[in-house]
This record gives sequence, C-alpha cells and structure tokens, in this order.
Amino acid sequence: MTFQIPDFTPVIPEMFVLGMACAILVIDLFVPQSRRDITYGLVQFTLLGAAVLTLALAAPETRLTFNGTFIADRLSDLLKVAVYVITAAVFLYSRPYLKDRDIYRGEYYVLGLFGVLGMMVMISAYSFLTLYLGLELLSLCLYAMVAFNRDSSRASEAAMKYFILGSIASGMLLYGMSILYGITGSLDIIEVSDYLITAGGGLNVPLIFALTFVVVALAFKLGAVPFHMWVPDVYHGAPTSVTLFIATAPKLAGLAIVLRLLVDGLGPLHGDWQGMLMILAVLSLAVGNVVAIAQTNIKRMFAYSTISHVGFILLGLLAGTPEGYGAALFYVIAYAVVSAGGFGMIILLSRRGFEAENLDDFRGLNERSPWFAFIMLLIMFSLAGVPPTVGFYAKLAVLQAVVQVDMVWLAVYAVIFAIIGAFYYLRVVKLMYFDKPEDETPLPRATGMNVVLSINGLLVIALGIFPGVLMSLTTGVVTW
Amino acid sequence: MISLAHYLVLGAILFSLGIAGIFLNRKNVIILLMSIELMLLAVNMNFVAFSHFSGDMAGQVFVFFILTVAAAEAAIGLAILTLLFRNRQTINVQDLDEMKG
Repeated sequence: MTFQIPDFTPVIPEMFVLGMACAILVIDLFVPQSRRDITYGLVQFTLLGAAVLTLALAAPETRLTFNGTFIADRLSDLLKVAVYVITAAVFLYSRPYLKDRDIYRGEYYVLGLFGVLGMMVMISAYSFLTLYLGLELLSLCLYAMVAFNRDSSRASEAAMKYFILGSIASGMLLYGMSILYGITGSLDIIEVSDYLITAGGGLNVPLIFALTFVVVALAFKLGAVPFHMWVPDVYHGAPTSVTLFIATAPKLAGLAIVLRLLVDGLGPLHGDWQGMLMILAVLSLAVGNVVAIAQTNIKRMFAYSTISHVGFILLGLLAGTPEGYGAALFYVIAYAVVSAGGFGMIILLSRRGFEAENLDDFRGLNERSPWFAFIMLLIMFSLAGVPPTVGFYAKLAVLQAVVQVDMVWLAVYAVIFAIIGAFYYLRVVKLMYFDKPEDETPLPRATGMNVVLSINGLLVIALGIFPGVLMSLTTGVVTW
Repeated sequence: MISLAHYLVLGAILFSLGIAGIFLNRKNVIILLMSIELMLLAVNMNFVAFSHFSGDMAGQVFVFFILTVAAAEAAIGLAILTLLFRNRQTINVQDLDEMKG
C-alpha cells in the first residue's frame, strides 16, 4: 500500500473551522466574563471566514480527496454555506438569551462551532467512516449543549433522553454499515453503489436487513415517526437557544447524509427504501400534525411541527427523481430559515426570569409590537404553507415531485394533513391579533437581534415571492 | 474452525442483548449506558470478522475509530448522568418523566 499526500484544497474550510475552534477554546480561558463578546466575535468571524473559503474554493466539478472518503461538490458547497448563514443567525439570537440567564459562556459557542465542523464533515462525507465521524462529532456537541444549563432539571432530563436515543440510532447505523461492509467489501459509498449496480436487482435478504437498520437510524436522527420520541422532550427541555440550534442547521446535515447514504450509496435499492420512507412519511404527517394541536407549550408544538415537516421532506426523497431531491433540498433550507425565525421570536419575547414558552405568551402581541406580530404571522403562514410565503413553494415543489411519479394519493394525503396542521399555526395568529395581551411588558428595542430577526422574517416572504433564486440553486446541485 | 457465520451470530446476539437491555430496563440509567456500549462492541465484532475474512483492512481501521468515539460518548453520557443525579437525586429511568405531552 503506497502512501500519497492527499489533496488538502477541498478541506481547507474544515481545517480553518477546526483550527479556529481549538484556538477559541484556549483564548476563551483568558477572556474575563465581562469581555465574553470577544469569544462571540471570533466565532462569528470563523463562520464568515469559512463561508468565504467555501465560496472561494467552490468549483463546478466534483472533487474527491483522502482516498475518496471526502467529497466536495456543488451540493456540499450549497449546504455548507446555508449551514454557516443559519448558524450565524442562531448564535446571534442566542446571545441575549444566554446573557439574561447568566450562561453566556464560551463553551456554548465552541461546542456550536465543533457542531458546525461535524455538520461540514457530514455534508462532505463520501465513506461510511467520515459519515459516522461527522455525525458523532455533531451529536456529541448537541448532547452537551442540551445539558448546558447545568442547574435546570428539565434540561438534564432532556439531555439524557437525547443521549440514549441518539446513541441507539448511532448503534443501528453502525450495525447496518457493518453488514453493508460485509456484503460489498468496501466502506466507500461509491464502491458500495458500484457493487449494487453490478450485482443487479432482486431480493437479497442480507441487503434488505442492512438497509432496514440504516433507514431506522436515519429516521431516528431526522425525527420521523415512529422514531420521534426524543424530539418533543429535547425541544421542550433544552434551553431555547439550543433548541433553536438543533431545529435548524443539523436538519441540513441530516438531509445531506440521507442523500449521500440512501441516494448515492444505496440508490440502486431505491425500490426497497421507497416503501420504508413512505411509511415513515405517512406516519410523520399524521402524528406530527394531529398531536401538535393538543400542545400548549409552543416549543413542544414546534417539535411536532418539525416531525410533520420531516414527513414532507421524506416525500420529496421517496419520489426518487432529481426534481424530488431538489424539492427536498429546497424544503429543508426553507424550513431551517423559517424555524430559525420561529425560535428567534420565542427568544425575543423571553427575558430575564421569564420564558415565553406557552402559546398564551403570544396573546395580543399585535398591541405590544405590530411589527414583530407581523413577522410571526409570516413565519406561521410559511409553516402552514400559505402563499406567497416560502413554505408554500416548498410544499408545492415536493407535491409536484410526488405527483410526477404517479403517487397522487400520497400528495392528496399530505395536503389533507397540511390543512389540519394549518389549524394550530393559525391559532397562534389568532392569539396574536384578536386576544388581549396578558403581559404588557414592552419588547426590547433596537438591538442587533431585532434587525436580523426582521430580515429573517422578510426573507420568508422574499423567498416566497422569488422562489426561483433558491429553486434554481437546489435543483442545480442535484446530480442524480 | 470458527467460521464467519459464528462471529456474525455472536455479533447479532450481543447487539440484540444491547437493544433488549435498553428497552427492558426500567431501573437504572447506568445500565442503559452499558447496553449502548454493548451495541457498539457487537458492531466492532462484525467489522473485525468481515475484515478478517475478506482480507480488507478498512474494517479494522473503522473499529479503532468506533472505540475512540465510544469512549468520548461514554464520557459525555456519564457527565450528563452526574448532572442528572445532582439535579434530581435519582437515576431511576422511571423518574425521567418531568415532560409529557
């Protein structure tokens, strides 16, 4: 076996983030609590730098490095830039929340940065090994972040549940990968795919066995029914700033590993995993939308809403056409943007000693701040899929892809549950506009967060009016 | 002669024990952590067996990574466990029910 020095160019953004995260970890030790903004600034600079590097090194052709275990293509560039942008917004929203609770510490940001590194590795993984390492790097950071508020009993319970169920999922994924390795004799996704193409179709019991483990593990990680048990508790128990992080950027990385593993690697088995995804999607749409109606805690409601949106993303994937994958990609990016805005609103209404976690806390928001009531209205309309917000186009694209492969019943089913789901989104709008406020405290004025949150809200409608911009990007990067 | 099938059956039994341990255990969170460890070790067994019988080293390399990650995972799991005990004074699985709905 000869040793070759790998081409480091495609991994420069990862190396930059890793180096900066380690440096910030050390620098943070020497920064007094009153100057914690230095750490924050460095973290934001790292994200900016990574974005610049990723864009500067972006090339139209696909590049493989490290013996084919790492891939840099247009899909990875798009998803990585989306991850940086969304994470930067998340960190910005988190700042006032953490300050008010006296947990404004460097660890939060450093863990977040390592989580971003994990996501970058996941997005660019082209071998089971890199995929697993990226996934674990992200998951371990998220477990620690959920438990970050050390005095909160709820947060530690949520962290424990997340840890146990996340570890089971990793175990399942590894077991599936080990069997795939045994069958195909390789850990590289491209070689697994080549093996499956030459072996031809036909029912192969060990292969289906391995596939089941992989799909179950991915469903766990995405939070699809019936593997969704952790989602509501983690969203509810974690500090809102962490829920905000979990609910946004990791979804992009999650879709990336599904695309790499199921579509790239196990693409020849599409007929087999299509049925599995269909069951997951059907159940997720039903359970997510129906159970969300019964929630009074808005973080739990968003958790069930996430589950139903995962159902839609799975619809795009199971179509198995380039349009379907592009639609799923569009959906997940749109969802991450909208979700960041939704949790940002919760943080905006919270203050020292008060968590705006209940639906009632949104009562009469229009009287307290018409502008932010309008932003929340846009976010809710987008989640419900009301035109002209981006949520409408995301759903439309997915449904078109499903109809194109002659699964009209599935599209009709999805629409029915989307309408049921509209009830609880519009209930928030009703509380904001037609009820009297219970809490007259004025909202904080003129902070950086208010500006970014407004931009986030307007982006929801801007992408809805001009969906072609994002749509051309997402369909352009799909090469299958 | 021990064949590949023997190793795979052993791996499958260990993995099933891990899963069963997680779902049957109602008492202690530490047992959950042990069960998770067992699942990962079962996977390692599979990888080493496949790697040995196919003569491909990549599987054994993967095992080293899994072992390392499992150690990090155990560290975080135990850290969360101590946190849980400090906040709750219990590590009983059935007491993890503060959030419902």
